[in-house]
Amino acid sequence: MEFVLNELCDLENILALPGLQEMTPDLVGAVLEEAGKVASDVLAPLNRQGDIQGARFIDGTVVTPDGWKNAYLNFIEGGWNSITFSEDYGGQNLPYLVATAVQEMWHASNMAFGLCPMLTQSAVEALFLHGSEELKKTYLAKMVSGEWTGTMNLTEPQAGSDLSAVSTRAEPEGDHYRLHGQKIYITYGDHDLTENIIHMVLARTPDAPDGVKGISLFLVPKFLIKQDGSIGERNDVRCVSIEHKLGIHGSPTCVLSYGDNEGAIGYLVGEENRGLAHMFVMMNLARHAVGVEGLGIAERAYQQAVIYAKERIQGRPAGVKSGDRISIIHHADVRRMLMSMKCEVEAMRAMVYLWASAFDQSARHPDRTERQWQQQMVELLTPIVKGWCTETGNKIAYLGVQVHGGMGFIEETGAAQHMRDARITTIYEGTTGIQAGDLVGRKLLRDGGAAANLMTAKMREIEPSVQSLPEFQKVYSKALDDLAQATGWLLQVGTTNPQLPAAASFSYLELWGVAVGGWLMARSALAAQAKLTQSHAEADFYSAKIKTASYYAAHVLPTTAALRHRIIDGSDEVMALAVEDF
Amino acid sequence: MKILVPIKRVVDYNVKVRVKSDQSGVETANVKMSMNPFDEIAVEEAIRLQEAGTAEEIIVVSIGVSQCQETIRTALAMGADRGILVETDQQVQPLAVAKILKHLVEKESPQLVIAGKQAIDDDNNQTGQMLAALLGWSQGTFASRLQLADGRLKLTREVDGGLETVSLSMPSVVTTDLRLNEPRFVKLPNIMKAKKKPLEVIPMDSLGLDTASRVKILKVEDPPHRAAGIKVASVEELIDKLKNEAKVI
Repeated sequence: MEFVLNELCDLENILALPGLQEMTPDLVGAVLEEAGKVASDVLAPLNRQGDIQGARFIDGTVVTPDGWKNAYLNFIEGGWNSITFSEDYGGQNLPYLVATAVQEMWHASNMAFGLCPMLTQSAVEALFLHGSEELKKTYLAKMVSGEWTGTMNLTEPQAGSDLSAVSTRAEPEGDHYRLHGQKIYITYGDHDLTENIIHMVLARTPDAPDGVKGISLFLVPKFLIKQDGSIGERNDVRCVSIEHKLGIHGSPTCVLSYGDNEGAIGYLVGEENRGLAHMFVMMNLARHAVGVEGLGIAERAYQQAVIYAKERIQGRPAGVKSGDRISIIHHADVRRMLMSMKCEVEAMRAMVYLWASAFDQSARHPDRTERQWQQQMVELLTPIVKGWCTETGNKIAYLGVQVHGGMGFIEETGAAQHMRDARITTIYEGTTGIQAGDLVGRKLLRDGGAAANLMTAKMREIEPSVQSLPEFQKVYSKALDDLAQATGWLLQVGTTNPQLPAAASFSYLELWGVAVGGWLMARSALAAQAKLTQSHAEADFYSAKIKTASYYAAHVLPTTAALRHRIIDGSDEVMALAVEDF
Repeated sequence: MKILVPIKRVVDYNVKVRVKSDQSGVETANVKMSMNPFDEIAVEEAIRLQEAGTAEEIIVVSIGVSQCQETIRTALAMGADRGILVETDQQVQPLAVAKILKHLVEKESPQLVIAGKQAIDDDNNQTGQMLAALLGWSQGTFASRLQLADGRLKLTREVDGGLETVSLSMPSVVTTDLRLNEPRFVKLPNIMKAKKKPLEVIPMDSLGLDTASRVKILKVEDPPHRAAGIKVASVEELIDKLKNEAKVI
């Protein structure tokens, strides 16, 4: 973690950005250390309990798994909920880069738990950016501290990926609105961890235009707040059931019913009809956060696979017929899986942290041009981080099961849970298909390839130095050529045939993921190389970095050629069959 | 009342230690280091006494390399008030540690020293006892419960036969056992605050104490591997083996 923060993400300069100087690099180590203790001593031991017992719906309320409440108290008392928030509302004001490393630990140790503070964070961002002073004064400090949690209410049964179909009604009544409708898939929509829950809800006012331009954002508390700030009456919003899911059993996924009686009281956040635009500001953060989940689960699955592979004794070395049996980590095919897991986890981590570093700089860098470039990078990387890191996270969790062999298929081992928990990450907060569409439509075609070309040029900067890395020297430039060719082709066909870019989008997202991963792994190898020439300290660590990057260059990076082919020569084939032929 | 808490930076308890190839000790390069767990309990106990209003100031002391400052910062983030590092690159053995601590006790005049009963790296279990002897103070080792009343210390000790309760005069040296308390998690804002707390660094040589090693380490090696078990044919054979081979009866 610290290697990526320091060598690839320029931690020192991030901490020196205006408004962040409270934090110094040596404190970051202490923060990660203490977060690590909470993750491994408090959250990790509950992960399996959460999976087995799950959140339960009893007598109209949600009960979280045993131990959850105590862990949550520990978590908020430690100040971990407020890590990135403004000091004005009691936050710690740490950069996203540091928060991302900490979040990786929450998700690696217990993703089902980590979702609760993650959703609160989104709700806080929404309120902080768009809420009126009065709303902020009433709600923000308690949400920052974690005394109250927050939720995001977008989806309705008929409005999933297509939010234009949202039909929850909000009727004005004095200084507030009355909401009626049903929201589904609400993570931590109800629970027993805190005395109040603050819902951020998308709904339509009576005379709002159709489609996405008629959606507004409302704050709806579970319990209304009295003038003096104390908890008042129960609002007319109720959890009517929770879902039975493939994974993240500890996290309650709720169906919320608004306005079964007199209508749930809600307060407008931001402007009427601008709800979706307000949401989009947080969308980048939320999508990145899901990318962090993909990384966290992958890291956990990898660690567990390594431990098992070192312990499990089976067979003898290839070509040896007698003597001691060996642990399976000595077998080449097991090693292949572990290397594949390790190198992609490292690539994901570098990418996820890079995004966070770009996010911090886009918000705080003193130079305007630099801020703009970092913002472009954030926009371009968001669907890649979300799409690639969650797809790859699933692949790694799958390999984690495979390393365990038969034991991996047995729930007791725990490897299967990671696979089930990871499965949601490619779906919620916009499926991989939605991310791929966002990448091609909004991030590539809309600006005529400007950001994509800048990024590719940035990645080309290290071409001369990768010549010193044998495995990268063979494939690095080719990979960037594949990316440039695919980009050029999409820009060319994009204006004439809208079906082709859509058909190519998934492969294009993967191509970006693999290429950006290759860029960062090459940089990591170069940084390690430089360290090794300086001194012998930690030589094992740095040479492992180089070997891991070389594996990526030899096994992952060459797939760009196939992806380019799929995009340029294969996109026609996607829609070739008529619907009746299926 | 002032409390002094000595803390040691050791190889983290989660790390599987490896013997150095030259058998001169265990590998500490590139190994995660952290506060000795018994010392964490000592810091926690001091903070609880402070929170209860019994103690005014908590001073943590570490002896060792410059990186021990990180360990001291952890104790400060837990709640200790200030830190002292007696800096040296040399290996310091219990007697030397006790002498240095005696020097600091005379300088800072605490009424109570709470130390871990032993450090998990060398498991000596000597420093607290030696310090008490050098100071001529009372000592209470392996504490699982500690209460202050009427200027005396009521202490429950974990002994082989069970629990022993003793009453000690003050000032006193107490060493902690595992069950004394459960150390707290550090709060994020306190990590920031700890940075601003005073931490004094004193070079060990400047103290003019005799810190030379009295014990020479000849060799460090892995414990022997357990040999595979055998089946015995009769009770007689078992007894014979227990008597003559294992020599346990």
